[in-house]
Amino acid sequence: MIRWQLAYPETEIPLFGRPIGPDEYNAFVTMHGTIMVFFVAMPLLVAAMGNFLIPLMIGARDMAFPRLNMMSVWVLAVASLVLLASFFVEAGPAAAGWTGYPPLSARIEYTGVEYGLDLWILALALEFASFLMGGINFLVTPINLRTRGMSLFRLPLIVWMIMGASILFLLSVGPLIAGAVFLLLDRNLGTSFFLAEGGGDPLLWQHLFWFFGHPEVYVILLPAAGAMMEIISTFSRKTIFGYKSIIYAVMIAGVLSFLVWAHHQFISGLDPRLAMPFSITTILISVPFAFIIFSMLATMWGGSIWLTTPMWFAVGGLSVFIFGGVTGIFNGSAPVDIYIHDTYFVVAHFHSTLFSTVFLGGFAALYYWYPKMFGRMMNEFWGKVHFWGTYIFFLLVFVPMHLLGVGGMMRRIADPSKYEFVKELLPMNEFITVAAIGLLLIQAPFVFNFLGSMFVGKKASENPWDATTLEWTTPSPPPHGNWPGAIPAVHRPPYEYAVPGVSEEWLPQSRPEGAAS
Amino acid sequence: MSQTATMEHAVEPAETPLTPESWGKTGMWIFLAGDAMSFGTLLAGYAIIRSSSTNWPVPANVLGISLTAFMTFLLICSSVTMVKSLDAIKNGDKSGFRKFMGLTIAGGLIFLALQAYEWNELINHKNLGLSENPFGARLFGTTFYMITGFHGMHVTGGVIYLAFVLAAVHKRNYAGDCYNLVENVGLYWHFVDLVWILVFTFVYLL
Repeated sequence: MIRWQLAYPETEIPLFGRPIGPDEYNAFVTMHGTIMVFFVAMPLLVAAMGNFLIPLMIGARDMAFPRLNMMSVWVLAVASLVLLASFFVEAGPAAAGWTGYPPLSARIEYTGVEYGLDLWILALALEFASFLMGGINFLVTPINLRTRGMSLFRLPLIVWMIMGASILFLLSVGPLIAGAVFLLLDRNLGTSFFLAEGGGDPLLWQHLFWFFGHPEVYVILLPAAGAMMEIISTFSRKTIFGYKSIIYAVMIAGVLSFLVWAHHQFISGLDPRLAMPFSITTILISVPFAFIIFSMLATMWGGSIWLTTPMWFAVGGLSVFIFGGVTGIFNGSAPVDIYIHDTYFVVAHFHSTLFSTVFLGGFAALYYWYPKMFGRMMNEFWGKVHFWGTYIFFLLVFVPMHLLGVGGMMRRIADPSKYEFVKELLPMNEFITVAAIGLLLIQAPFVFNFLGSMFVGKKASENPWDATTLEWTTPSPPPHGNWPGAIPAVHRPPYEYAVPGVSEEWLPQSRPEGAAS
Repeated sequence: MSQTATMEHAVEPAETPLTPESWGKTGMWIFLAGDAMSFGTLLAGYAIIRSSSTNWPVPANVLGISLTAFMTFLLICSSVTMVKSLDAIKNGDKSGFRKFMGLTIAGGLIFLALQAYEWNELINHKNLGLSENPFGARLFGTTFYMITGFHGMHVTGGVIYLAFVLAAVHKRNYAGDCYNLVENVGLYWHFVDLVWILVFTFVYLL
């Protein structure tokens, strides 16, 4: 619907029955951002993968605090309901952009939204509480519950990545919770934290938001990157390139991610003397990530690659991520950013990075661990159709979007035909909208494949992918308690594929030292 | 659930856990790290707002120091009794544990009562509101109630948590089991105490 409005302004939208006005447009954009980042990406990538994989991969019966975990699920459910409820209250849902900048968000008159925005803040606060509980679990479980022999440097990388994401989240969420409470008070009790007329400072919110917001990007990115590493190593039949260095790179990136937040604010009144240091840290942070990307490429180099659906998604996600990463460098340097800020270039940039990780990475993980979760295989043919359709339509949507941005089209405008210089870009907008509809339709084979394979899929063995990590040593799906017998002990690092001098092609982590021949 | 997990943990030895005695201890430290960031932000935000304000009142003139100094002293004393109660449970001295734990809870309750009295004085007699302030900058009152209120919520939660631990220890027979329970609540209580010293310094004294 967002796309339709951009391509055919003020016309009737099919299936919706009427055109949307600018107010509703703003609301939809806001809710799209919020739902995607906080209610799709984080639960799917961090919570679902963390809860399922961590105990299986480290050899534990369950998470460290099962009751806390259950509570976090229910709090998340309540948060989702609160957010959805905001669509139905008077004056509609939040409409101040997903970043909720004051003063726009701090006074009811500015957006015309009444309770919607309060509910929005409340939903976010609940969601953070939920992830606070989850995050403690994701850290304590791998720190304390590893099976015998599973030293820290034998952990599969995805466990490291989820731990890294949890640390980033826990350390950065406090400021945002404080900011959300400030905003709630400003709106309802007449305080003026962020309102200049009362002595407050609207920039303070931006600082608080992005101090959280930038690490948050990595909270989403790291688990997806971890899943890609597992998959790429397994299907290249090679050990991961630079295991320890990847871990160190993530640590460096984690520290740096707390020092880059102001790059979101280059033109919002930041002291120009600060722009330079933040440009430098921003460009610096691409170094560890470049290292991680090259590690994955080097893992594939010379491997005997097995092109399954998860592998296609992992490689596709990696390629899009490289693209998104490179455009990030444009945004990172202050002089260029001043030109492209708030244009569709930025929209295209973060969609390339987030889409590649959340959706391509997420799909890769789903196809890879589906047999372990449900005990049946997904259909490979339809999986590949799904991949190619998604990949091509994705490029058709977002590559032209970069051009729109350089052409000067601003983000968050409801009707591009109102501006002279943007008018000539209208055909391109139409093209993108058609491609976006295609992207939506091509998800149909996935839905059918996902649901259908639960009943008619081929039965999965313990280890359908010949992978080495611990979760593949238990039946699919795993029984209650994860292993029917004793928990296997670990004798070797993950990713022992094609070890020289060993006749077997791969060695599971649970294989004792002497038994390899 | 956590009990069955501990049993299995005893049967199936894990690899170098950081805190083998209790998983909750790691969890508590991680939680405190996150919480420290929240308080850090509140104080940093306070510093930014205060430094950019032209008519910030001198806190001591508005808020008064002597009562708060006594509250600070009280909270530090309650930290001492917390240490004593941990020591008692270590030695299996249950009656000593009950005495010192009770004193810690009493310290927390008196602190809360004094804070309620202080807020009442400020709101009803000095007219310092959440968004109006007869002494100068509007945000003075806002930040004051935010920060002390946030800390007060922590103390309230802490008192409930302490009471819960007291009851849990009373139910159990083995003193050794309880040690970690008391240790974790102690970590939390000392953290709240430490935060108060910072709040007292920045919001009242400076």
